[in-house]
Amino acid sequence: MRVIEGKVVVLGSRGVGKTRLVIKYINSTLHRNEEPTIGVSFFTCKIMLDEVKIKLQIWDTAGQERYKALAPMYYRNANAAILVFDLTQYKTFAEIKSWIQELHRNVQDPMILTLVGNKMDMHAERAVSRDEAHLFANSIGATYFETSTETDQGLEQVFLSTALGLVRLADEGKSRSLRSFQSCESIYKNNNTAFSHLNLDNGSAAFRLPYVHIGIPVDGEDVRTSGEGRLETPSWSIEHIALGEVEHTSWCC
Amino acid sequence: MEIEQTPTNVATSDTNSTSEYLDAEGESDPDEGVADGVDEQDDYYQEQEREAEAQRHSIISELRGELGTRTGNALSPDPGAESGQSKDLAASVESLALSASASVKTEDSGNTVDDEPDHDYQNDSAWCGQKKHIFILSEAGKPIYSLHGSEDKLVTLFGVIQALVSFVQHSQQDAITSIHARGIKFVFIQRNSLILVAASRTNMSVQQLQRQLSDVYNQILSTLTYSHMSKIFEKRKNFDLRRLLSGSERLIYNLLSNDSSSKRVSNNVFDFLTNSIRVFPLATSTRSNIISAIQANCSKIKDLVFAVLIANNQLIALVRMKKYSIHPADLRLIFNLIECSQSFKTYENWTPICLPIFDKNGYLHAHVSYLAEDCQACLLLLSVDRNAFFTLSEAKARITEKLRKNHCLDAINEGLQQPYNDAKLYEQVLSVPELRHFLYKPKTTAQLLCPMLRHPYKSLEEFERLEAVYCNILHRIHNNARPLKLIYEVREREIVLAWVTATYELYAVFEPIVDKATVIKYVDKLIKWIEKEYDVYFIRTHATF
Repeated sequence: MRVIEGKVVVLGSRGVGKTRLVIKYINSTLHRNEEPTIGVSFFTCKIMLDEVKIKLQIWDTAGQERYKALAPMYYRNANAAILVFDLTQYKTFAEIKSWIQELHRNVQDPMILTLVGNKMDMHAERAVSRDEAHLFANSIGATYFETSTETDQGLEQVFLSTALGLVRLADEGKSRSLRSFQSCESIYKNNNTAFSHLNLDNGSAAFRLPYVHIGIPVDGEDVRTSGEGRLETPSWSIEHIALGEVEHTSWCC
Repeated sequence: MEIEQTPTNVATSDTNSTSEYLDAEGESDPDEGVADGVDEQDDYYQEQEREAEAQRHSIISELRGELGTRTGNALSPDPGAESGQSKDLAASVESLALSASASVKTEDSGNTVDDEPDHDYQNDSAWCGQKKHIFILSEAGKPIYSLHGSEDKLVTLFGVIQALVSFVQHSQQDAITSIHARGIKFVFIQRNSLILVAASRTNMSVQQLQRQLSDVYNQILSTLTYSHMSKIFEKRKNFDLRRLLSGSERLIYNLLSNDSSSKRVSNNVFDFLTNSIRVFPLATSTRSNIISAIQANCSKIKDLVFAVLIANNQLIALVRMKKYSIHPADLRLIFNLIECSQSFKTYENWTPICLPIFDKNGYLHAHVSYLAEDCQACLLLLSVDRNAFFTLSEAKARITEKLRKNHCLDAINEGLQQPYNDAKLYEQVLSVPELRHFLYKPKTTAQLLCPMLRHPYKSLEEFERLEAVYCNILHRIHNNARPLKLIYEVREREIVLAWVTATYELYAVFEPIVDKATVIKYVDKLIKWIEKEYDVYFIRTHATF
């Protein structure tokens, strides 16, 4: 069996629910825990995608400003970043841009980016529209999801999409820090065929993949990815970021 | 100087109009004497400060430097990296400042309970009636922290504080130490652009309050480091430090709420009063097994400076790098961190922490995790290498495995599960039923032994009295002007004994009906017993890797 081990860093402003997102996904029990993270918390989880076992090392960082100086230590050698913002606070969305810029400056290896708008259950207080977030995600080459840690909506997709992205990265072989190897525990022999995990109609799939965007997601259309028909986007570039600066009409001062 | 002048004037004019709480002080000042002067300050702390000043060089960067040369490893960070990063941070702080500060403020006030825009704390009897207040502000008068109430709404009070401090500083080239008025002590300390003030109705002496403030200051350094904070204030005198401290307020709060003023009855306060820590009682063989398990799995990790194992606010074991040790004040910060971070219980953490007395200019990186789900002892592995997470994580797993194999986890659990983990001590105390409580601190180690609180000190009022008794005798024993060796006092509700010898300090509280000869007999008995059991309750020397 093929095993891919990747480092995932969770970034975002304070109080957007990074720790909750991770904890909820990993053991689905939410301690009513309002403590801010100190430094970084470390989690591991395994995701099976058909023939590929993906081990995620999740680094859940603290969002406070003072940890910003230490962030390079956390995202160093990361293969994927989950950028979380709070849908009810526009500021946290705007701050994602500074994270993108920083990653762009400091990380050379290609990285899978996932943009997550959290607290989607709070419809009334919503301050960031789905379209705007989508557009921004496209511009930085990220996949966009909305989640709720209260109702558990969308959590699975975030991590599955990240895992899928890592598989893609491993297939392309462009990332030096991503570890991919054949496990001797494998019961399937010589199963090197790439993209086997994408064979969605295979009944033996460990997971039936939910709606997952890879590359540029198209809004409103049910996009299923296949090995061939995948739209390849270059990993983000500074021009894309410039394009992503959409003025939000309702946001002022 | 010009910068401070302006708010000073504003603030003084405010004094007369608004603040009733402080107005009283303003009037009684002339009779009571404004400043006690510097000479009454605790020598101990001054020494400590001087020591810290003396070792200007950073131990951490030295350690890192050594590592770099020894290993020649490209991974080990260069000593300059830290400063480079803080420069980056300062720059980003600068750029964010305009946009963020406004929103941060609104957010913070949104979190507080009362949202009234102009809540008048100074006429709020609950606020004024608090036994203790702690205020922290920057030299420029910017509010940073208030123990009770929202610091945003206390701006006038902060102005008054700043005016008092800068008046004494500039007109008399002196530093204000304390003001005593109407049974309230106002104690001031100034450290590195910060002004920390305690206003207290408790029995704590000026020195004890200073130590508490100094602990709070250390807590702030522990989150920010001295060099980082200095740089920020050098750049912008009126920087709002709350932005950098956000999320760590609970650490400051927890540190301050150890005494009776926050309605808690616990032995924690005595750690700080005697400037020591408590040790988790364990059979000597168990403790040495634990230490050797840590040594065996960590001795090969080059950049590991300390390994600290803690349970229930007590030290199980400390293993250190040769030549270095942890000061009890630093250890108290670690205890504080562990005590108020429940989240460490569920997952591994990789946390930067500055131990200000060890090295106030740099972070150590701490791998923090509980030994196992079925053993609530917390292990911290402190390293100077910021990339050591996985090495330490593996080491921790091996330590847990080893401790499980040789039944040390069971031994720790046994200690934790006994209704009170000093049950044996309790028994011992019970055999002298007239002995109500005691503090025993050997001179050679900064470790404290005290039995669990029992009747009558389990109720809050009685505990407050006990705390006051200890504050009082500790203050008299450690008085710089006239230190005492022995106090025997028959009070209305208890007999108090304080005895300082060459090897230990003992403070004991007896039933009021015992006569002197019996007290002496009991104390002898107690001392003999402690000497016999010394290794269970104290750690003579901390092992090295």
